[in-house]
Amino acid sequence: MEWEFTLLLLVNGILIGLMYALIALGFVLVYKATDAINFAQGEFVMSAGIIAAVVVAASTSFFLGVVVALAAMVLFSFLLERVMLRPLLGRPIVAVIMATIGLAALLRGLLPLVFGAGTRPISLPEFIGEEPIALGPVMLQPVQLVGAGVSILFLAGFSWFFLKSRMGIAMRAVADNQQVAMAMGINVERYFALAWAMAGIVSALGGVVWGSMLGVDVHLALVGLKVFPVVILGGLDSIIGAVVGGLIIGIVENLAAGYIDPYVGGGTKDFAPYVVMIIALMIRPYGIFGKRKIERV
Amino acid sequence: MLSLNNVEVVYDGVILVLKGVSITVGQGTITTLLGANGAGKTTTLKAISGVLRSERGEVTKGAVELNGRRIDGMQAFDVTRLGLAQVFEGRRVFEHLTTEENLVAGGHIRPDMREVRETIELVYGYFPRLRERRYQQSGYLSGGEQQMLAIGRALMSRPKVILLDEPSLGLAPMLVEEIFGIVRKLVQNENLTVLLVEQNATLALEIADHGYVMENGRIVLEGSAAKLRDNADIKEFYLGLNEVGSRKSYRDVKHYKRRKRWLS
Ligand SMILES: Nc1ncnc2c1ncn2[C@@H]1O[C@H](COP(=O)(O)OP(=O)(O)OP(=O)(O)O)[C@@H](O)[C@H]1O
Ligand SMILES: [Mg+2]
Repeated sequence: MEWEFTLLLLVNGILIGLMYALIALGFVLVYKATDAINFAQGEFVMSAGIIAAVVVAASTSFFLGVVVALAAMVLFSFLLERVMLRPLLGRPIVAVIMATIGLAALLRGLLPLVFGAGTRPISLPEFIGEEPIALGPVMLQPVQLVGAGVSILFLAGFSWFFLKSRMGIAMRAVADNQQVAMAMGINVERYFALAWAMAGIVSALGGVVWGSMLGVDVHLALVGLKVFPVVILGGLDSIIGAVVGGLIIGIVENLAAGYIDPYVGGGTKDFAPYVVMIIALMIRPYGIFGKRKIERV
Repeated sequence: MLSLNNVEVVYDGVILVLKGVSITVGQGTITTLLGANGAGKTTTLKAISGVLRSERGEVTKGAVELNGRRIDGMQAFDVTRLGLAQVFEGRRVFEHLTTEENLVAGGHIRPDMREVRETIELVYGYFPRLRERRYQQSGYLSGGEQQMLAIGRALMSRPKVILLDEPSLGLAPMLVEEIFGIVRKLVQNENLTVLLVEQNATLALEIADHGYVMENGRIVLEGSAAKLRDNADIKEFYLGLNEVGSRKSYRDVKHYKRRKRWLS
């Protein structure tokens, strides 16, 4: 029984971890390309979740909800870059951080005001079903499997984009040195916009996936808090790091909840990732896969 | 081909760095721009390529023309499309990209990937060492290899004019000779035009057709390379002083005196 319990915790941790990785990816994309730290990533996810829930409820079509959420988040991120962040280019990084923190508070206040504060469900299409699926001794929720599947798909897609496509190479060039990239004929601002748009896509997917698992209300934004341990652990600018960091945090969180919660009465899930983050900062401040500044002439 | 007419550049709205610079670079020639540290050579190149703006600099007077077309005030990425490429001082390769990815990024403006591949082969032809290092992260290449990569990367957009900013910086004399040799070959074979900024005046005047000397944001001397080689001031302050270490300090000491002389 004991090993089955552990296995359950591990598998759950992996599935949850993949979904953390998806959200962390949004953060990493933006940081990598534009050097901006987005403290509103969790609120992006919440916003997408609310939009998706409203549309799914009104139209009874899950897919319409997903499409609208995607479109809304891409548009939103795009405009955000244009209107709020571009004027801050070249300013100290703190300006951008403060701007995104302000934005986070705004979204947390405004969206419930417009759409109501109650918790909404996002119901998955019928063919996915609600019966737990048995994988050997472990029972898994279909929602989690779908979420993990979507995450894997998009993590793989974005990795390919960054590592192999020409646009991905250009985006990494921008991340490395904006001025030189510009002299190569790369329209740097367009790539900034693209990075934000991609963060919008990832947030929308995260909102749907997490929303259908937890239900949608303001608390969905808390998922964003897990992004920081994930990216600090994996490296702020590494996609692979987001995946590995997500998996580690997912597993740690689940193991902590399974083994320590019974003794302390719960809540370890929320701070265990941060313990890992602090340890990671002390040992490897740039993360497992983060880029070190290359020191040579 | 390329001309600057009485160009003035201001940083941050107040710091006047170029004070009316006029330079003409003829089609198919190598023109060198010499001058001490802080004279404004790099600023001149940035004013041409248009990257000045990202450093809050601005051409406030005069005009830069490429093939009769005004390019001051244009965005850097548009200037690149008109056939101009800049090789930055200190090489500035994309450190976290591999050698080959650097080249792909250099060919960004060319939509056809087959052409990009062909140009990569061309670059490897001139710099075989880059082929050996093609999958290595470029931040870990040697200084010489990085300089080759920086030049190769600039070739990727198939430019007509290349701006070279101190390619000899920090490299062993043998390597500098090698790289300069390749530059000369490039000019002949690829129909390039080069504006070369250098501290190493001996070498620069050896491969250049024409030269300018800049002091404190102004052109103070101009002439054919042969004429400049014979110029007494140049002889005294540049030629024969080739040990990398001693050059800079010596020059700094003599800076004031030299400036006075060129201006008189
Ligand atoms: N972004 C900037 N903002 C303000 N001043 C600048 C900026 N860039 C250069 N300067 C100033 O302009 C002057 C000329 O600099 P520039 O880099 O063009 O000199 P240089 O001739 O290339 O020197 P070196 O041989 O050392 O490379 C210097 O006094 C420098 O301090
Ligand atoms: Mg310079």
